[in-house]
Amino acid sequence: MGEAQVVTIDGNEAAAYVAYRVNEVCAIYPITPSSTMAELADQWASEGKKNIWGTIPEVVEMQSEAGAAGTVHGSLQGGALTTTFTASQGLMLMIPNMFKIAGELTPCVIHVAARSLATQGLSIFGDHQDVMAVLPTGFAQLASSSVQEAHDMALIAQTATLESRIPFIHFFDGFRTSHEVNKISLISEDQMRAMIDVDLVIAHRRRALNPDNPFIRGTAQNPDTYFQSRETVNIFYERVPGIVENAMAKFAGLVGRRYQLFDYFGAPDAERIVIVMGSAADTTRETVDYLNARGEKIGLVQVHLFRPFSASHLLAAIPSTTKAIAVLDRTKEPGGTGEPLYTDVVTAFFESFAAGKLPTATMPKIIGGRYGLSSKEFNPAMVKGVFDEIAKETPKNHFTIGINDDVAHTSIAYDRSFSTEPESVHRALFYGLGADGTVGANKNTIKIIGEEGDLHAQGYFVYDSKKSGSQTVSHVRFGPQPIRSAYLIQAANFIGCHQFNFVEKTNVLALALPGATFLLNSPYGPDEVWNKLPRLIQEEMVSKKLKFYVIDALKVARETGMGTRTNTIMQTCFFAISGVLSREEAIDRIKKSIRKTYGKKGEEIVRKNFEAVDVTLAHLHEAKVPEAVTSSQEMRAVVPAKAPEFVQNVTAMMMAGRGDELPVSALPVDGTYPSGTTRWEKRNISPFVPAWEPEICIQCGNCSFVCPHGVIRSKLYHQDRLEAAPATFKHAPIDARGFPETRYTLQIYVEDCTGCGLCVEVCPAKSKEESGKKAINMGWKDPILESAKADVDFFETLPVNDRSRVDFSTVRGVQFLEPLFEFSGACAGCGETPYVKAVSQLFGDRLVVANATGCSSIYGGNLPTTPWSVNSEGRGPAWSNSLFEDNAEFGLGMRLAADRHMTVAKQILVRLAGQIGETLVDELINAPQRTESQIRQQRARVAALKEGLTGIKSEDAKTLMSVADHLVRRSVWIIGGDGWAYDIGSSGVDHVMASGRDVNILVLDTEVYSNTGGQASKSTPLAAVAKFANAGKQIGKKDIALQAISYGNIYVARIALGANPQQALLALREAEAYSGPSLILSYSHCIAHGINMQKGLDQQTRAVQSGHWPLIRFNPEVRQSGENPFVLDSPRPTMKLKEYVENELRYRMLYRTNPKAADQLMSMAQAMVDRKWKLYEEMASMS
Amino acid sequence: MDLQTTYLGLKLKHPIVASSSPISRSLDGIKRMEDAGAAAITLFSLFEEQIRFENESFDFLSEAGTESFAESLSYFPAVADYRVGPDSYLELIRKASAACQVPIIASLNGTTNAGWTEYARLMAEAGAKAIELNVYYIPADLETTGRDVEQRYVDVIQAVRAAVSVPVAVKLNPFFSAFGDMAKRCVGAGADGLVLFNRFYQPDFDLEELEVVPDLELSSAGEIRLPLLWIAVLHGRLKCSLAATRGVETGKEVIKYVMAGADAVMTTSALLRNGVGHLQTLLNQTREWMERHNYDSIAQMKGSMSQLKVADPSAFERANYIKVLQSYKSPYAT
Repeated sequence: MGEAQVVTIDGNEAAAYVAYRVNEVCAIYPITPSSTMAELADQWASEGKKNIWGTIPEVVEMQSEAGAAGTVHGSLQGGALTTTFTASQGLMLMIPNMFKIAGELTPCVIHVAARSLATQGLSIFGDHQDVMAVLPTGFAQLASSSVQEAHDMALIAQTATLESRIPFIHFFDGFRTSHEVNKISLISEDQMRAMIDVDLVIAHRRRALNPDNPFIRGTAQNPDTYFQSRETVNIFYERVPGIVENAMAKFAGLVGRRYQLFDYFGAPDAERIVIVMGSAADTTRETVDYLNARGEKIGLVQVHLFRPFSASHLLAAIPSTTKAIAVLDRTKEPGGTGEPLYTDVVTAFFESFAAGKLPTATMPKIIGGRYGLSSKEFNPAMVKGVFDEIAKETPKNHFTIGINDDVAHTSIAYDRSFSTEPESVHRALFYGLGADGTVGANKNTIKIIGEEGDLHAQGYFVYDSKKSGSQTVSHVRFGPQPIRSAYLIQAANFIGCHQFNFVEKTNVLALALPGATFLLNSPYGPDEVWNKLPRLIQEEMVSKKLKFYVIDALKVARETGMGTRTNTIMQTCFFAISGVLSREEAIDRIKKSIRKTYGKKGEEIVRKNFEAVDVTLAHLHEAKVPEAVTSSQEMRAVVPAKAPEFVQNVTAMMMAGRGDELPVSALPVDGTYPSGTTRWEKRNISPFVPAWEPEICIQCGNCSFVCPHGVIRSKLYHQDRLEAAPATFKHAPIDARGFPETRYTLQIYVEDCTGCGLCVEVCPAKSKEESGKKAINMGWKDPILESAKADVDFFETLPVNDRSRVDFSTVRGVQFLEPLFEFSGACAGCGETPYVKAVSQLFGDRLVVANATGCSSIYGGNLPTTPWSVNSEGRGPAWSNSLFEDNAEFGLGMRLAADRHMTVAKQILVRLAGQIGETLVDELINAPQRTESQIRQQRARVAALKEGLTGIKSEDAKTLMSVADHLVRRSVWIIGGDGWAYDIGSSGVDHVMASGRDVNILVLDTEVYSNTGGQASKSTPLAAVAKFANAGKQIGKKDIALQAISYGNIYVARIALGANPQQALLALREAEAYSGPSLILSYSHCIAHGINMQKGLDQQTRAVQSGHWPLIRFNPEVRQSGENPFVLDSPRPTMKLKEYVENELRYRMLYRTNPKAADQLMSMAQAMVDRKWKLYEEMASMS
Repeated sequence: MDLQTTYLGLKLKHPIVASSSPISRSLDGIKRMEDAGAAAITLFSLFEEQIRFENESFDFLSEAGTESFAESLSYFPAVADYRVGPDSYLELIRKASAACQVPIIASLNGTTNAGWTEYARLMAEAGAKAIELNVYYIPADLETTGRDVEQRYVDVIQAVRAAVSVPVAVKLNPFFSAFGDMAKRCVGAGADGLVLFNRFYQPDFDLEELEVVPDLELSSAGEIRLPLLWIAVLHGRLKCSLAATRGVETGKEVIKYVMAGADAVMTTSALLRNGVGHLQTLLNQTREWMERHNYDSIAQMKGSMSQLKVADPSAFERANYIKVLQSYKSPYAT
């Protein structure tokens, strides 16, 4: 067997490691949480890594999971061993092909990081809803519970599929297993070869389509034979359990790890057992062992082969002493008799009972329960709760565990204080920011400990729902035995808090064990820190007698040139005081690891990290914990008292990280949530914020226009209003004629600012005394925070400017329109959100948004809050997200509904004209609604209509009242990224554009799948590096503007707000005014470009100046006046493409990995730009 | 006619050397310069600061936003092998050394002691026949004394000298109170040659944007005077090679510099202005002038107008200033 190589990797890598080596083709598409598997396969192929037969697998990115499944099907029909990796909605898109693949008895394994399905809300987290939704396809299902199993079962599935000809889904829990880092033993390639029977591979190849031995497959069948044909496969399914069993036995012989179809763990004479699959099995096993050691007689059946379900194997695994069984499903089938595993178990027992072959003396009680949806915690306390429940005389069937269902009362109780964490395991919790590198350092720590020496290590990482200023919690365990605890740490020996301000709002010590060590990154030294801590934190420290250490990590980071990345410093502190390794050994290993991690990045970076390690210990101090609490400082309120009730009771709980405590009754039944909730967060994530200089400002509105987070607002108002203003409130005379006694204020909402600095970059006004000073400049927030809060409060008392008096045609005018998209959690300096915000300002009070899944749906609708807001009149964008692939169609549906309701309203208006008044009816039906003043006039008419309708008692009047709002023209916007518009939703976008309906499609084009972490789309430009395009994109970006223009009746624009805000504004307004379909492609700089985000707008300008992103408008309406509808708004390129791309890592990366290829691709890209420009010029010059 | 000269111990077929410029960024550019007749080629400067900046920015940008959001824990593919630091530069030295007959001189602009010595060593290992240290330092800190600045140069030269066995030249700027002493100290520290003078980054103002902008203007023949003066003064008085670089437009400047005592005459601006083929023009003009004036060799001409050789050595010192003023008046004018 030999010594196995030991590594610390996550579940995705563990599965992909095998899948890649035992396949010839991988058809891939990114979807969380499975993307990593596809990324690794693509990376390995680009690095020339070979499979066990010595060839490099073909790895091809497709336009969707449906496309990937089709490709898998075709490749299998071609005789190649083929796989794919997916989850959730991706697996849903594969369903049609899965029926085909299984129906044709085609061996293949799909590896699934099992995830929730989008129902009342989307969730990226783990459960079994996706794999349970594909049970009828005929795929066998093999479940893994851990990182090691994800590795092992990947091979067992491959072995079994080849022999059985039944395709397999190999699944493991999304995030809990796919993203858990654990120490595992690798299967060697020799062992893999020994598991795969070459004759079966050849047999698969022989069954392939072959013109040298032609046949047809995939016929259309008729009533005479379809049914019988469908039954031909039964014997193949019957063989599967035996085949898998043999494969497991062979695996045990080769590798040493032994599995059964149904593994039993626990007392041989158990009376109560739990049946479960996935990561919960490991947690249950730990609990069973713990309780049996304390006198219980309980057991666990862990399901590996779920389908085909082998009742005989299940029953054989059940102890004859069993009296009660709880079957746990991590899924939900509303309206069913129970979830799939439960019903399978019940059926197995019932059939064995009916046949007189029960494995037990009497028919046991069998109950089913749901747990862990969307990665809801499932821990030993809950396991014990389940065992306690089945000990009852009449246990609750169809129960839930882990939630409080106070509505249908499905939930069962459990003792939250119960814990099985062994003493021998060192448990550490780290609270950090995404930006401070805490998670990366912990992953590194796990490698340091896990890959050298005998200790086992496990890490699991929890992230919040924001893309900027996000908080992370790392759960890290070390111990002498393999760590199977598939749940969050419940009691920690070590707490590291890497940001001081966390202690002011979160009880980071809630999970500290008595005597635990607390390491705090603190700007205050050991003598003064105590007095800076809130009462609650002090109480925890005193009552638990914690050991307390402080370090000013930021100071050390700055002194050693590490900037704000405190990761290496805090990691060194952990090793120095946790005692997991000796101090010397730890430092030695950290340095080795630094050399390994950063060596390629340059000696200077290694040196800086070394220096940080060396300097750290001198700055690490133990602080004394006094005997008594001295602080009266309370934790900061999550939301202010003036927040609405729902926000107080529900949203605030989620914001505080206490959403788990919310009962079922607290939550909306249909996924409907109030708008405008980001305004209550006040996240205060940036220490630097802009400050306004009224004397320098020219009031152009540029800063407000580009602000991605809506934190810069403008109002003009009569000077008398200032009487009540705080002394610090800034204002200036309005810089416009015709506004006597009018003041102007540019107000910065500093608590909501992310500190991106785009406002400063775009500001054109400079001081005449100091050229470096602009009308808006970044500065420290702390000194002005309190006064700025008072200023904002006063600013909000000023009246909102009348929309009908605002000049919508200029950036200067638009600053006075309320942004109805504000304070999103998008990345600091996001390139997408300024467009979204502009749409909300221009059309927000009659806006309906269909939002494709992606970054924009996440920063737009990821709980707890939404940036989509309401205006002072209570109106605002109505927003919804359906899926990724269907967004254009979803939006079209909204248009159709609006049009239908408007038609209904008009028809009734005509019928009721006599009662309502002919003039009003005529105006309601025929008055133009293009300008804002016309819209406001129509709103007044609708108000008058509603008033009139209250006096009319008829069916018509009632109906008209229900649709009257539709008489104000609705603005339907279909918004999404390039992954949607160019790839997965491309055909829908095309079809909706061809519908001729009045919809506005806004593509936030980042030229990459941003939300899933930077995979190439068909928008990714030639020569740019992205995941799935490691060697630089070899094909040019698709020009969907030209595609749309070819229809002739579609308004098309390409805009770049940073390059030409006025053109962007014009295009948005023209598109909305155009009564047919519109397509707007907006250049959105992105963190995935590898740029200094503060220079995002500069990059937009360069994209335009280089000709990469020509600004265009194609307005079919212009044709009526005999003019060329195609307008080229940007001047001829003034710089080479290279001057634009040299600032972006996505291009520079290739110059580092393959400079020759980079040069070649860049010259091709330049030629393409030149050609495209010529074509555009020709189009623009046509009369 | 014998145009040969020796610079930094390297035998050159003539004194005209392509100095550090963007043309040498590619092997193609280097080859074109050799084909046009360059007697040696100094590569563009490797800036340690630039490398550090690029490494740091690569590190920062590839890490930015990672491990923050559950769906996008990274934004770029993991790349196992990529070029960092001076890899590309060293590769260019290797390729150019293999492809060219003429000596390839590497040029280095360091910022740290480790950078100077490490990169110099790597350059020598890669095949550079000599290393030119492009020391560039603006003492904008008002606490820094002239002696501090001079010591910095000396330290760098000593460190590099100890690290490599190939010849080391140092390219200097003229802004020292006593340039002669400074030159002597450089040679004392181990410099095998002095290159006079560095062109300085002197920023300009953009009046529309009210910003300080980097700007480097090409030199012109009018700028020959300062290096001419110092080469003439230093020739024969220091045990080192002397190279002139600035204002070489035509063969005339080449002749003047050689007469002052230059072992090599370097040109960049003229090549950027007129194309690489201008090297041949310079050579032709030099040869024609020598033929016209019956010179047999460069050796014969070298240093003939240096301070040691001219009839009136004081012509190079203060009196020269007076003479220049006086010369505006014809001695025959009344």
